Amino acid sequence: MAEKVGVYICHCGSNIAGMVDVEGLARWAGANLEDVTVARDYKFMCSSLGQELIEEDIKKEGLTRVVVGACSPHLHEKTFRKACANAGLNPYLMQMASLREQISWVSSDKDKATEKAKALISGAVRRVIEQEELFASEAPVNPNTLVVGGGVTGIQAALELADAGYHVYLVEREPSIGGHMAQFDKTFPTLDCSACILTPKMSDVGQHESITLLSYAEVEEVTGYVGNFHARIRKRARSVKEADCTGCGVCIEKCPKKVIDDVFEAGLGYRKAIYRPFPQAVPKYPVIDREACTYYLKGTCKACEKFCPTNAIDFEQQDSFLDLDVGNVILATGFDMFDSTRLPQYGYGRLANVFSNLEFERMCNAAGPTDGKVVLRDGVTTPESIAIVHCVGSRDKKHNPYCSAVCCMAALKFGHLAIEKTGAQVYSFYIDMRTPHKNYEEFYDRLLAEGMQFVRGRVAEVTDAARLPGEEGKLIVQSEDTLAGRQRRTPVDMVVLMGALEPRHDARETALKFGISCSMNGWFTERHPKLDPVATMTDGVFIAGVCQGPKDIPDSVAQGAAAAARVMAMITKGTVLIEPVVATIHEENCSGCRICNNLCPYNAITFLEDKGVSYVNAALCKGCGTCVAACPAQAISGAHFSNEQIFSEIEGLLYDAISGNGAGHKVEPAGVPA
Amino acid sequence: MHEPSRRDGFQGEVIAATPGGESLLTCIQCGTCGGSCPSGADMDHTPRQLFAMINAGLRQDVLHSNTPWYCVSCYYCTVRCPKEIPITELMYTLKRMAVREGAYDDSKAPDFSRTFIRWVEDYGRSFELGLMGTHMIRHNPFGAFKIADMGIGMITKGRMAFSPTRIKGMDGLKRILAKAKQLEAQA
Amino acid sequence: MKYSYYPGCSLEKNAASYHESTMAIAGPLGLDFVEVEDWNCCGATEYHALNQTAAYALIARNLAQATKNEGLDTLVAPCSACYLNLRKCDKYMATEPELAGRVSQALAEAGLSYKGGTLHVRHLLDIVYNDVGLETLQAKTTRPLKGLRVAPYYGCMIVRPGFHNGDDDPEYPVTLDRILTALGAELVDFPMKAHCCGGHMTQISEATGFELIRRLIKSADDYEADLIVTICPMCQLNLDGFQGAMNRHFGTSYHIPVLYFTQLIGLALGLAPRDLGVGSEIVSAKEALSKIGAEVEEAEVATPRQRRDDKALPMPGRRGEG
Repeated sequence: MAEKVGVYICHCGSNIAGMVDVEGLARWAGANLEDVTVARDYKFMCSSLGQELIEEDIKKEGLTRVVVGACSPHLHEKTFRKACANAGLNPYLMQMASLREQISWVSSDKDKATEKAKALISGAVRRVIEQEELFASEAPVNPNTLVVGGGVTGIQAALELADAGYHVYLVEREPSIGGHMAQFDKTFPTLDCSACILTPKMSDVGQHESITLLSYAEVEEVTGYVGNFHARIRKRARSVKEADCTGCGVCIEKCPKKVIDDVFEAGLGYRKAIYRPFPQAVPKYPVIDREACTYYLKGTCKACEKFCPTNAIDFEQQDSFLDLDVGNVILATGFDMFDSTRLPQYGYGRLANVFSNLEFERMCNAAGPTDGKVVLRDGVTTPESIAIVHCVGSRDKKHNPYCSAVCCMAALKFGHLAIEKTGAQVYSFYIDMRTPHKNYEEFYDRLLAEGMQFVRGRVAEVTDAARLPGEEGKLIVQSEDTLAGRQRRTPVDMVVLMGALEPRHDARETALKFGISCSMNGWFTERHPKLDPVATMTDGVFIAGVCQGPKDIPDSVAQGAAAAARVMAMITKGTVLIEPVVATIHEENCSGCRICNNLCPYNAITFLEDKGVSYVNAALCKGCGTCVAACPAQAISGAHFSNEQIFSEIEGLLYDAISGNGAGHKVEPAGVPA
Repeated sequence: MHEPSRRDGFQGEVIAATPGGESLLTCIQCGTCGGSCPSGADMDHTPRQLFAMINAGLRQDVLHSNTPWYCVSCYYCTVRCPKEIPITELMYTLKRMAVREGAYDDSKAPDFSRTFIRWVEDYGRSFELGLMGTHMIRHNPFGAFKIADMGIGMITKGRMAFSPTRIKGMDGLKRILAKAKQLEAQA
Repeated sequence: MKYSYYPGCSLEKNAASYHESTMAIAGPLGLDFVEVEDWNCCGATEYHALNQTAAYALIARNLAQATKNEGLDTLVAPCSACYLNLRKCDKYMATEPELAGRVSQALAEAGLSYKGGTLHVRHLLDIVYNDVGLETLQAKTTRPLKGLRVAPYYGCMIVRPGFHNGDDDPEYPVTLDRILTALGAELVDFPMKAHCCGGHMTQISEATGFELIRRLIKSADDYEADLIVTICPMCQLNLDGFQGAMNRHFGTSYHIPVLYFTQLIGLALGLAPRDLGVGSEIVSAKEALSKIGAEVEEAEVATPRQRRDDKALPMPGRRGEG
């Protein structure tokens, strides 16, 4: 039976029409391609009018197949499938040819571009004829959500969902939630106290009946698919029985072992071997650091156990595992701080009074190691001059090419705090001052008025090698003042390095675990940079906060809430459509070799022991085709990507080679049955 | 695929004559080069300013600047540049352009280079005593007294040769250099 | 371990002690150097300022000559400027087709040719650090440099512009530090270790040149170094030869001897100073060297470690130091 194919060529304004002769292409398709009964071009095929054009032709002309030559199917495949469905045609009988991304945007010769467009349309027409009706199925959505990361972003997402009445499992790697924000003293540009605005949210999380807080825990494994994920959580042994601990803190007080706190105090302060990162920690239960604890190292001490009034210490405690069923996942795993020893010219780690931004945050914090006093490394001397160095590891091809987005404002905040606390002369060495949000530029104005000195120039080096008498005993910041056009040596007492925000060191592993991808720089990749910033290419896995790219607290909170809203939409709807574009194993041909089992990137294939064959779970399968190509017995077929469809498309693409030859030779690779 | 956009005019010329020069287009004027330069204080313009001037097409101002002649080839700017611009190489390019066009003003540097190379071109090896002697007499006859003890020290310690060494393959080297110069002139 | 060896003009005369000491330690350390036949000057930084093709053709002739040492694919240069020129030329012969084409045509005039990547150009420091190794140095040390406070000085061209073989940092290199530590010397955390000696600046702009020398000498003096250890003849000439003139220019009276690392290795191996060319420095190293092997070894600590009181904040951890 001959099919009736409609071909629709989109101008995309001048995006396609500027490089491809769209009218000529439509005419050519109508006149030359077999089975094409209608061929039209239109200014914007994706517009309502464009869609209606297709729908009317389906109804009036009785079209049985549709080809749309427009943009990438990535963008509008859904649109045109829907148009077909509206007119009663199975949506999988529509095929798109990407005339924009694959031709007009990457060509410079209109004639050649039009020739290539003919090939693509011809290929799509031959392919669509082989396409089959497919039907999506539905699966229920589990209303529970897994939120990974208990910084301000994860906290926001968890609270939004929990307040709406949905259950949340919040997993945090550290002993307490709070993230980087809990380490800060003030927040820009309003200068409100970070802890004062964060800790109420933290305790909401701790007390919320709809939130299960799993701190000192990590996600081990995730399986399943949108609406129906299974997550295995490892709860690391705290050595403290949460059920018995009252959080009184006697154990911490009595613990004789003091170690440098590299995490919460950024290495600037100390904590005990049994510790709570900070007084307002949520949950309140302490943790024994087994690598530092004298008992674990030497077998004696147990001071904490002796003094614990509720016998909550448990030295034998083991890691435990929890298996969770959730419908959606929100990743809010945050960032790592740049290690400034990677730029030796700034002297961090070598020159005592060079500090990292996180060290300075802790120093400013009233609850920090210096009780909020800004002092030199000797712990007592107040600096009379401070240099704040921007772009340390940012905007630098050797380290991170991107702008870390928050450092300019954080430097202004530091300037304000330093002036307020010490009266010191504070210098900011910047490349470009970036203050693009609400009330940010006004904050910059404020610091200018407060007398902070701004030097436009990236710092070349920080040295203690004095050249001139005024430099003796100081740190000298050498730069070019690019506005004055002169080299400057600025002697100061203290240097603060605004280190870059970097992807978590294990971001790529995390991405792999959750089936999402990372950008070249290591940030999690969103589905669309503008229009779908918190979704990922994996349905049901959302990203929020800095793990997606550098951003400040307001933006992180907004993304946390946005991700929660996306999840709520899924839960409210209650079901998800399962794409029918999946692989199927034909049992009669399967030899049970299991090659496909391990190749499947989505763990969708299992081996049925009783039958001795492999089986594809359609809900997990993404239709990628890896197994289809790998199966040595050709026992697997991929719906929507059958051999017939692919070879027909190739034949179509080669229309002029084949017709020009006159012989009409078939493309038939060896070893593939027709 | 993007073709690396080559600029025309002076900037294009500078880029074309420098290995890896295309990255000059990515300069963000951060001043790391100017801040790093050990002799930056004595330059008419910092390297960064020079790049802005190249961008603005200020050919004469750039080629008359003493900046390239104060470059000591320490490569600090090159390794610190956040855009990986080969700044030291660019300085060599500007020196060559200035020499070719006779645009440099009163720096002793081009003449020092020429005197140094004259011994090399004639003998195949450099000759310190000849170089320093010739250069001093021409540019700083009284300065010689300042470092006289150094010269005497060098001689008494046996560290100064009184005649240059000539390599055996001098004829071949001369042919190589003659050809090289001919090709450079055509390039 | 056998290598092609390119001494460079400086080592013929003004830095003869560098050559002598290199040859003196070669045997004990198991190094065998075969000099490149009829090598020529590398042109230093001077030729690049005049003529690019001629500059690289001049260097390339040496690479071509070195390939005549059959079976030796590593070319060692003790001079940092020569090293950088040879290495850069080798690289550009492979990566810059236009320049390489012109250079090849020029070489052909003398029946020579060179293909980028044929030779592996390495600095002597790299050979001693990576091929000889710290363990061997330590094991062969018979006269430890105990009590000698040394400022390790790398200069520019071995660590920059990033053509060097090892992974030593261009800002804060450590290989020479480790060598000197292995020999038993007391190391100064020399902040100017990779800063510029001024190159030819004394001849171009005296004030500039002397200022660059002063910065280095002053810093070594501030850190109470007995001597500066260098790996480059240009650096040695500037810091040693011009130290007196610099002192007069600024009215200072610094006295910091400057020795080659090969001389210190030789001393540690127990070789006689005169066999290492020690004594040819303008700034006498006699007093400084009297410290090693002296009867009483009260290692003088210049910056006594202060007892930390409770208030002191911990220092951030250092990367790659061990």
